[in-house]
Amino acid sequence: MNKIANKQVICEVLMEKAKEDKDVVVLCSDSRGSSSLTPYADTYPEQFVEVGIAEQSLVSISAGLARCGKKPYAASPACFLSTRSMEQAKVDCAYSHMNVKLIGVSGGISYGALGMTHHSATDIADMASIPGMRVYLPSDRFQTRKLMEALYEDTDPAYVRVGRNAVEDVYTEDNCPFEMDKATVLGEGTDVAIIACGEMVKPAVDAMEMLKKEGISAGVLDMYCVKPLDTAAVIKAAEKAKAVIVIEEHTRIGGLGSMVAQVLAENCPRKMRSLGLPDAPVIAGKSQEVFDYYHLNADGIVAAAHELLK
Amino acid sequence: MNLKANSYRLRQDILDIIYRAKTGHIGGDFSVTDILNVLYNKVMNITPENFGSVDRDHFVLSKGHAVEALYAVLCQKGFFPREDLLTVSQYGSKYIGHPNNKVNGIEMNSGSLGHGLSVAIGMALAGKMDKRDYRVYVVMGDGELAEGSVWEGAMAGGHYKLDNLCAVIDRNHLQISGTTEYVMNQESQEERWATFGWHVISVNGNDVDALEKAFEEAKTVKGKPTMIVANTTKGCGVSFMANQAGWHHRVPTAEEYEQGMAELKAKEMAANE
Repeated sequence: MNKIANKQVICEVLMEKAKEDKDVVVLCSDSRGSSSLTPYADTYPEQFVEVGIAEQSLVSISAGLARCGKKPYAASPACFLSTRSMEQAKVDCAYSHMNVKLIGVSGGISYGALGMTHHSATDIADMASIPGMRVYLPSDRFQTRKLMEALYEDTDPAYVRVGRNAVEDVYTEDNCPFEMDKATVLGEGTDVAIIACGEMVKPAVDAMEMLKKEGISAGVLDMYCVKPLDTAAVIKAAEKAKAVIVIEEHTRIGGLGSMVAQVLAENCPRKMRSLGLPDAPVIAGKSQEVFDYYHLNADGIVAAAHELLK
Repeated sequence: MNLKANSYRLRQDILDIIYRAKTGHIGGDFSVTDILNVLYNKVMNITPENFGSVDRDHFVLSKGHAVEALYAVLCQKGFFPREDLLTVSQYGSKYIGHPNNKVNGIEMNSGSLGHGLSVAIGMALAGKMDKRDYRVYVVMGDGELAEGSVWEGAMAGGHYKLDNLCAVIDRNHLQISGTTEYVMNQESQEERWATFGWHVISVNGNDVDALEKAFEEAKTVKGKPTMIVANTTKGCGVSFMANQAGWHHRVPTAEEYEQGMAELKAKEMAANE
């Protein structure tokens, strides 16, 4: 089992970039430890800004840095970054069009037992609804690296959400196909298309294998680019299949499921299930316990497929 | 340039913009006019020619609703042609009711209060990191000081000892619902900012000479950001608008327009004598 969390990979990439590019700046809100960015802060103190527990100024200061030529990465727990500083993301980053990369760590229900204050179960809806803000949820450490390298090259604002813990690999170092803003096709199916993002991609792949053993043809799209959503990939996968399942570590309101449903309804109506968190504070527990409780796992996907294909 | 006369000249442009557009925040525009006049015409190194460069001073209008005053100053500086002012707040115009960086001369979008100070802190930090000698200026309103995010910026500015940063409070004592002291007490700003590690200068914010002196003093301060508490009069320049909360965003009638314009012209002439 992989031991390297996606947020650690973000730190690695940012350290590599900072070494070559003095304009790379990381900002934290007393969050360098939770963001796994302590090695960065220790190695590049001149390219690191601590703002204290102040997410609003974290994001505004980032925008000001960007205005004067810097490449800021603001890293803070996703729960606070996506809501406490949402207006700063909207006005100072997206509306003013500043090159700020917002890194939401320990996203979703990573902080399982800490309660709704620490869950970011609405961050996709919050950030994706802002005009000009992109939203990315990479699935594993290899894809996280590819994504961060691609984001370094562009100058538009973006929100990236990663979890707290190491997650099982979906890809390998040598085999991690990645094209910016294009879903990665992990399998094509004629019965069911499974569309997942972030930590839900691995259970989606597991479910695909389980379904195949039952003779059900399933495919998986790794939709790390929640916004801009790869609508062409959604339509292509849906046209091949009889039904579509979307799974995400997010409330069912306004997340990937809602966005896919809109694309399907407008272009290629299919029976679908949107698997996600309830419109309620989630049960306490470790991440996996919470996922299992809400059937956000391979078994849950398989059950949804059976129901859809009845 | 006769700055005093120019303040009245700019107020005529502002009155024109608002009367034509039938919308705008005239009270706050008139309280901040002298501040913008002095900054753009005496203090800051910002011109249409150098605007594309990082190596020049930077400015954020955090009290974005006073955008008409900024339009008047930028237009006079040559950032855009005078006829563009005819489109303010009109269908499809980029000259909207709050700063928008699609307009030449405007750096950051604002309108929601409490953002500008921290944005300016980011700009000042970038200057320190790159050892550039530009200065950063930001103007806030006094009603705006109720926003918690202002005080996050106050902390960071003092913590990072940003002596390349000069903030201004347009202290006109009025906001939309009444006096600041009625809505949310904003007394003792001098002590508040000093406690956060800022060098504080209190001046008559409608006196161009006093303002110029304050900005020059700020340039000499080392190891601290400067806060200029500019004590102003909302609606300054037109007798019946001065100190009236009702003129926060009221649009003048034809009669009021004529009377206001006559007063401003007379004051401009007197200042030129």
